[in-house]
Amino acid sequence: MSEDIAVLRGVSRRFGRQLAVSDVDLTLRAGECVGLVGHNGAGKTTMIKLMLGLLRPNAGTVRVLGDDPAASASARDRGRVGYLPENVALYPSMTGAETLAFYARLKGEPVSRNAALIEKVGISGAARRRVGTYSKGMRQRLGLAQALLGEPRVLLLDEPTTGLDPALRQHFYEILRELRGQGAMVLLSTHALAELEGQVDRVVVMNQGRKVADGDLSTLRALAGIRPRIRLRLPRGPRAVVNGPDAWSGWTRLTDDLVELSCEEDEVATALSGLPASARDVEIVRPSLDELYAAFQKGAP
Amino acid sequence: MRSIAIIAAKEMRDGLRNRWVIATTALLAALALTLAFMGAAPTGSVKVSALNVTIVSLSSLSIFLVPLIALLLSYDAIVGEAERGTLSLLLAYPVRRWQVVIGKFAGHLGILTLATVVGYGAAGLALAFAGGGDPEALAAFALMVASSAMLGGVFIAIGYLVSALVRDRGAAGGVAIGVWLLFVLLYDMALLGALVADRGKTITAGAVNVLILINPADAYRVLNLTASQSVGGYAGVAGLGVRAGLTPGLLIGTLIVWIVAPLAGAVAAFARRPV
Repeated sequence: MSEDIAVLRGVSRRFGRQLAVSDVDLTLRAGECVGLVGHNGAGKTTMIKLMLGLLRPNAGTVRVLGDDPAASASARDRGRVGYLPENVALYPSMTGAETLAFYARLKGEPVSRNAALIEKVGISGAARRRVGTYSKGMRQRLGLAQALLGEPRVLLLDEPTTGLDPALRQHFYEILRELRGQGAMVLLSTHALAELEGQVDRVVVMNQGRKVADGDLSTLRALAGIRPRIRLRLPRGPRAVVNGPDAWSGWTRLTDDLVELSCEEDEVATALSGLPASARDVEIVRPSLDELYAAFQKGAP
Repeated sequence: MRSIAIIAAKEMRDGLRNRWVIATTALLAALALTLAFMGAAPTGSVKVSALNVTIVSLSSLSIFLVPLIALLLSYDAIVGEAERGTLSLLLAYPVRRWQVVIGKFAGHLGILTLATVVGYGAAGLALAFAGGGDPEALAAFALMVASSAMLGGVFIAIGYLVSALVRDRGAAGGVAIGVWLLFVLLYDMALLGALVADRGKTITAGAVNVLILINPADAYRVLNLTASQSVGGYAGVAGLGVRAGLTPGLLIGTLIVWIVAPLAGAVAAFARRPV
């Protein structure tokens, strides 16, 4: 069984009258990549700051690598935690290399390894330029590089992929997979759910400070009660659907020649075997994360 | 200790890079040299030290300028980083909050000390070469340079306290200007006004001493105007201080308290500040 990296028990945190995080239980394990999902203001950033010890909970306990992160002997103090803030802000008058050297020294890491890290995130060409001249994507990459300093056991990434173009995003997830393979725990928050598909082991859904769902994607799908749909094209089809009685019961017409059936997961095979040879473009549409998310936001089952 | 040194070095480099150091040094040197040679001109025939005259005029100018520079350097040290978003990342590193404050203080004080020593030192050297300096005057000049750096330290610490307490940069700037006006202009005016109105009836010499010690700018002024007998002679007002029992040790102690207390306040306020 892999080791528990971060454990939250009954954690609440309020700002004035606003309850940012409310009674959250969460366990994050080594070698796990977890997506923290929720709309703006759902409590994602507050959760991350609680795990960093930047905020103290009003109730409950937070343990990261066995310690209270807000205490002076915490894991953060031992440099085992990497953090990428939302909209990472860096010092504009320093160059990329200087920025990374500054943070490496603070973590007590040798500066000599920085060049490899800069290479890894792909900004070697700009390392000697001032950060003030960087584009959003380059700042984000430099931000990722500082989070990776010292091979952290815990990586907390707050909306890491906003502002990255799709190619970069793929590269970013490759780096994450590599880290996870080395046994790090990666928590990344986002509101762009679709891109998490296939990248994370587990998704935690937050809504108004509460954890509303926690599990891998298939568990979440079952929980949300959103059924898979079979969609196909029938040239000259609509008449068959409208007129044909039993064989097409349950099917609905979407456009001129597009029809759709919503069924349970275990009925998919049967439904497919009964299709006529004239069917084209057969596809099985499973609920996307966005739909799942919408279902949980509405307070589904 | 390591973290403090790393943060201090970063602040120093920032200061060198964004030309704060160069601009401040150039400004102080230009003023010091101007005062030194213009102020020294009429002393040529009479047998007085040009350096002493320069100390009087330069310290009077420093009272206005050094606190202003110090507050400009420091007012957004904490609130500015918080607003730009660099603070939460910095605090996610193995750094304690008090180390951030002390490290920044060391860096900013370094910048100001460098500017003061180089800027005023240039004038001092020029005058010494021109033959205006006797050893006593040189010692008084060195004290003036050192105490100017301390005066800067006082207002850097006050700037941090403001920066740790307020919510946004605009407010920090406003309060910093208010602090400057209060300590450098309004306090003295109010004190003089009170003394004139009172005509020595209720305000005793001891009370005046306390009132002078309450304001670090006044402590600095009295320190430099009474530092040596010869300087005191030109300053006019100065004899007052010595007779009233404000010794240099007491005045320097006051400046140190004025550095430590706001700095401790800034550390305490920053510790409670949500990030």
